[in-house]
Amino acid sequence: MTSVRYEHATRTYDGTSSPAIDDLELDIGDGELLVLVGPSGSGKSTALRMLAGLEPLDDGAIYIGDQDVSNVRPRDRDIAMVFQNYALYPQLSVAQNMGFPLKQQGVPKEERTARVREVARLLDLEAYLDRKPKNLSGGQRQRVAMGRAIVRRPAVYLMDEPLSNLDAKLRVQTRTEVVELQARLGVTTVYVTHDQVEAMTMGHRVAVLKDGVLQQVDAPGTLYHEPVNLFVAGFIGSPAMNLVPLGSGRPLQLGGSTLELSPAGEAAVVASGANGNITVGFRPEALEVGEGPLRAQIRTVEDLGSEVFVHLFLQHSGENLALVAKTSPPFAGRPGDNVGLQITGTTHLFAGDQSRLASTTASFRSAVSA
Amino acid sequence: MRGRTHLAVGERRWVHGAFGLMAWIVGLVYFFPVFWMVLNSFKSEQDANTSPKLFFHPTLDRYKDVTKSATGLLSFGEAFTNSAVVVIVSTIIVLALAIPAAYALAIRPVHKWRDVLFFFISTKFLPVVAAILPVWILARNLGLLNTRNVLIILYTGLNLPLAVWMLRSFFREIPRELIEAAEIDGAGLKGQLTSIILPMAAPGIAATALLCVIFAWNEFFYAVQLNPVKGSTVPIWVTTNISTRGDFLAKLSAASVLACIPVVLAGWIAQKRMIRGLAMGAIK
Repeated sequence: MTSVRYEHATRTYDGTSSPAIDDLELDIGDGELLVLVGPSGSGKSTALRMLAGLEPLDDGAIYIGDQDVSNVRPRDRDIAMVFQNYALYPQLSVAQNMGFPLKQQGVPKEERTARVREVARLLDLEAYLDRKPKNLSGGQRQRVAMGRAIVRRPAVYLMDEPLSNLDAKLRVQTRTEVVELQARLGVTTVYVTHDQVEAMTMGHRVAVLKDGVLQQVDAPGTLYHEPVNLFVAGFIGSPAMNLVPLGSGRPLQLGGSTLELSPAGEAAVVASGANGNITVGFRPEALEVGEGPLRAQIRTVEDLGSEVFVHLFLQHSGENLALVAKTSPPFAGRPGDNVGLQITGTTHLFAGDQSRLASTTASFRSAVSA
Repeated sequence: MRGRTHLAVGERRWVHGAFGLMAWIVGLVYFFPVFWMVLNSFKSEQDANTSPKLFFHPTLDRYKDVTKSATGLLSFGEAFTNSAVVVIVSTIIVLALAIPAAYALAIRPVHKWRDVLFFFISTKFLPVVAAILPVWILARNLGLLNTRNVLIILYTGLNLPLAVWMLRSFFREIPRELIEAAEIDGAGLKGQLTSIILPMAAPGIAATALLCVIFAWNEFFYAVQLNPVKGSTVPIWVTTNISTRGDFLAKLSAASVLACIPVVLAGWIAQKRMIRGLAMGAIK
């Protein structure tokens, strides 16, 4: 039964002024698969390395279970880590690689062999036990790295972008396998990725980091539907949410149309102050292409078979604003066509300080007809 | 693909050929003196001293001459044993000291590691001749003159900076994640060294050891100053074959060939590893 807790954990690299991880507060439950996600430089790998003991803490503490491990050596933390490039020992065979942690623990040879075999069977690696890593495919190497982590039965698994070196198809397949494996083993897992799709599909909860600061930690659905700020709204979801700065004018207007909000949305805007800058956000699937008061021009159409992404330009304050809509096939529009737009789903309103004011229903109404 | 010439796109065949020819000429110019020395060593003194002959009756007599021991003089056997002991012992000590130093500089960089590294190599800037007097006086006061020990100490000191620099660059080639993985997997410093770092850096360590062997084997200046009589090494023994009574070119050539054989042999055996090792360090 192992939980993990970051308590005001801070890390500043030598020669830099801003911390790579700034006052991180995070609780990870027993058996949970928590994904740390963020763009490069967001500090997600640093946070993981701090938990591993590979980076010291400048402030705060990290607990594994009830034990403060802030000053405990990596090998005494009862963790196992899967690295992005797998970090397999090139001169050792698959069996020796997987048995390495056990050998270091002084586990007798017979038990070591038995445990390696058992994990190899679980990961379908039995046929490769005598091979060297260089004679394995990328997917097999990845499984060996997983095997080396599993075989020692640690309290916590740490995974640092373990799938990013695999090709797209294998990545999707392995993703499912990792999730199943984690569920079966029930071991607390911290998983780092820059890929928000991976984060959303794998994590029980997802923690979004930006510039070393934790933005939001929630279940994937909550992150998607109720992002706490502009950054999370823009980062989670593919294609990204349409985010349109509407300025401080009231009523809110876009491309010559007025945005009509629900009473709750209106109240939130009023509460934010009379002249506060408002940014409006709506997901591609909330934007309907066809009839509507907003006039836009189609840039490109991406037909993926099951869904169609329509990229559009909208004239707003003399500038071309790029929007994207998601619709179901068939879609008849072509690049260059002028089309009407309307919002049919949830609209998010963000204040000038980037925090979310409200998520509400809204629609555009032609200013001329009003 | 060996043996096939690869022309780059648009490259002219004759340009390629001219470069190849030039490389061969330079190579032969370098090799010629060695070739001539080997040839001379199988000649009679008369043949060696008269007009250059390519065809002659080869003989091993000169080798018999130089390896014959005379009382009171340094014999080949003694010199060879001295050289072997000095070279092997000093190289082992160099590696034993350089490996931890390189680890500290490459994998866990100590504070001000750049200064440390510069300090190591700066000792190589000094002219050897400037140091000989204090070294000689020290050796005399410590009773080390004409012993193998003085050369072991000096060769260790001479080769250590080079070995630290080379090993550091080899250790830096080892992916950091491997060492971190080993650390998390429970390996202490000893485990990391024996299981990961040393096996992976083996070609680099071999290359370093070989260079130390070559430098120590060939060193002449300190040996002649500090050990002119007893405990002398092969290079000194070669010079004992220079005679004041006329030129004994063939005999001297035979002595030189014998002095060269061990290092050439070591280089040849370790060639593949050494090139891999030297290339490995060259990337960084």
